[in-house]
Amino acid sequence: MFPDTIQSALKGLRNGEFSIKELVTEFATRARDAQPELNAYITIATEDQLEQQTTYARDLALKDAPLDLAGIPLAIKDLFCTELMPTTCGSKMLENYVSPFESTASSRLLQTGAVFLGKTNMDEFAMGSSNENSFFGPVRNPWHKEHVPGGSSGGSAAAVAAGLCLGALGTDTGGSIRQPAAYCGITGLKPTYGRTSRYGMVAYASSLDQAGPMTRTAYDAALMLTAIAGPDDRDSTSSAEPVADYLKDINKPLQGLRVGLPKEYFEALGEGPVLNAIMEAKKALEQQGVTFVDVSLPHSNLALSAYYIIAPAEASTNLSRFDGVRFGHRCNSARDLADLYARSRSEGFGAEVQRRILIGTFALSAGYQDAFYKQAQRVRRLVKNDFIDALDQVDLLLAPVTLGAAFRLGEKTDDPVSMYKEDLFTIPVSLAGLPAISVPCGTADASGTSLPLGMQLIGNYFDEARLLNVAHQWQQLTDWHSRTPPSSAREMK
Amino acid sequence: MNISDEQLAQLAVLARLDCASDMSLRDDVDRILHFVEQLQSVDTSQTAPLLNPLEMTQRLRPDVVTEPDDRERYQKCAPLTEAGLFLVPRVVE
Repeated sequence: MFPDTIQSALKGLRNGEFSIKELVTEFATRARDAQPELNAYITIATEDQLEQQTTYARDLALKDAPLDLAGIPLAIKDLFCTELMPTTCGSKMLENYVSPFESTASSRLLQTGAVFLGKTNMDEFAMGSSNENSFFGPVRNPWHKEHVPGGSSGGSAAAVAAGLCLGALGTDTGGSIRQPAAYCGITGLKPTYGRTSRYGMVAYASSLDQAGPMTRTAYDAALMLTAIAGPDDRDSTSSAEPVADYLKDINKPLQGLRVGLPKEYFEALGEGPVLNAIMEAKKALEQQGVTFVDVSLPHSNLALSAYYIIAPAEASTNLSRFDGVRFGHRCNSARDLADLYARSRSEGFGAEVQRRILIGTFALSAGYQDAFYKQAQRVRRLVKNDFIDALDQVDLLLAPVTLGAAFRLGEKTDDPVSMYKEDLFTIPVSLAGLPAISVPCGTADASGTSLPLGMQLIGNYFDEARLLNVAHQWQQLTDWHSRTPPSSAREMK
Repeated sequence: MNISDEQLAQLAVLARLDCASDMSLRDDVDRILHFVEQLQSVDTSQTAPLLNPLEMTQRLRPDVVTEPDDRERYQKCAPLTEAGLFLVPRVVE
């Protein structure tokens, strides 16, 4: 019997219950077996690649560093450049791309001895909320195959939920870690902007993108964040703020904690299973000595619009590097240079990516830049100021992640705007650059089964340790995070 | 606002995309622009734009060479090269 958390796997390895090789082989087998059903991975490591990594991890484990992840099988969102395996970013544009360098986040995990089982499926260039925008086909939600896993880190979320790895690296620009974590019943942390390095992440919106852990438990998220957090000379937007000890206070009692409930969020949420689950959580936390107060985020209704100007504007700039010349897809028999650029790009990018490039180009074009791009940045400040005011009164905020449980495949693909509204509760936090964690908190009935729901804890800048402490304590009180979907590898055995 | 065919064609040129003939794309762009229009109604005359959520300023480093020349390795992922050069269609007749 193999463990389903990083914490218990490290213990099992230390106690000699199984070897690194046995652990890695087990999870690699599960990943391969589940591939036809869930499509969680784009690339799975070959036997040789696993062997090479396992040997390195074993040598590192002998050194017995207390916090290392030696031998822990992880999955990496296919947006992190890795030298060992291709990096597609879910796009035809990068279908055959093998990076000549390693991202800082993945490199730091490798240095702790983690073993990469493969690269996970995602919405193309991280643009999407359902994983239906992947060139490599949609990921299925392990709780119900006709439902989406969320996105854009849908493959990472599904892989963790189904037991196809012990933890995964995701990225969050407007909710891409938190929303799929909620839909798949796992824990997902978006750190403060600048807490983790963006070096070697294929850039989408540079003022928003952050790497973060996706795991079964908050404790595991703390282990992974410890490995990846901290300044990086190769990313000038990474913060020099000292990295906290994320495990030191993880067991601290919650007595005396003050938590804010953003009233605009709950008005937008309305009645339903998410509200019920969060109210149950509130009750349970009150019994631990937590007090709740209403707070206001008056500009949160504008955040979505501001985001859908700022993110596409940054994307249109970032994605200009794909030109069919230096790397990526190149069209056949181009007439001239302009034709080479335009056709390589339109053949390589999917519909949603081209939509966002056009919107971004529009928002940055002469005559519209002030009215759209600059105005969106001004609104961004209003959204940020709301959070600063609210977090002056309380230690953290409790909020929904999504309006409901995972929706069905195809349900929102006809109207891009209805898909954008998926990120209603996650985007304001991203604009403000604050850290937030999504943790399982209940279920909702859908399609004849129970689908997981998540709640969001939003903290002050660089207060990840507190978020992890509260999330961990919550997980000591409840077992939502340890429930596994019907098609998880463990159940199939 | 609605976007005209000419505007869409011009945006496609600016974005170096070959997509101006895609009609459903124009509808989508219209829909998205309608959606973000609500921003125009907000009074932000007293608010400065926020570019970086932590308001960090660009960090500077000493002006020294840190990366070695590694052209061969970096060109390995290029679709078409010759003698260390990237190939493109003829630009000068």
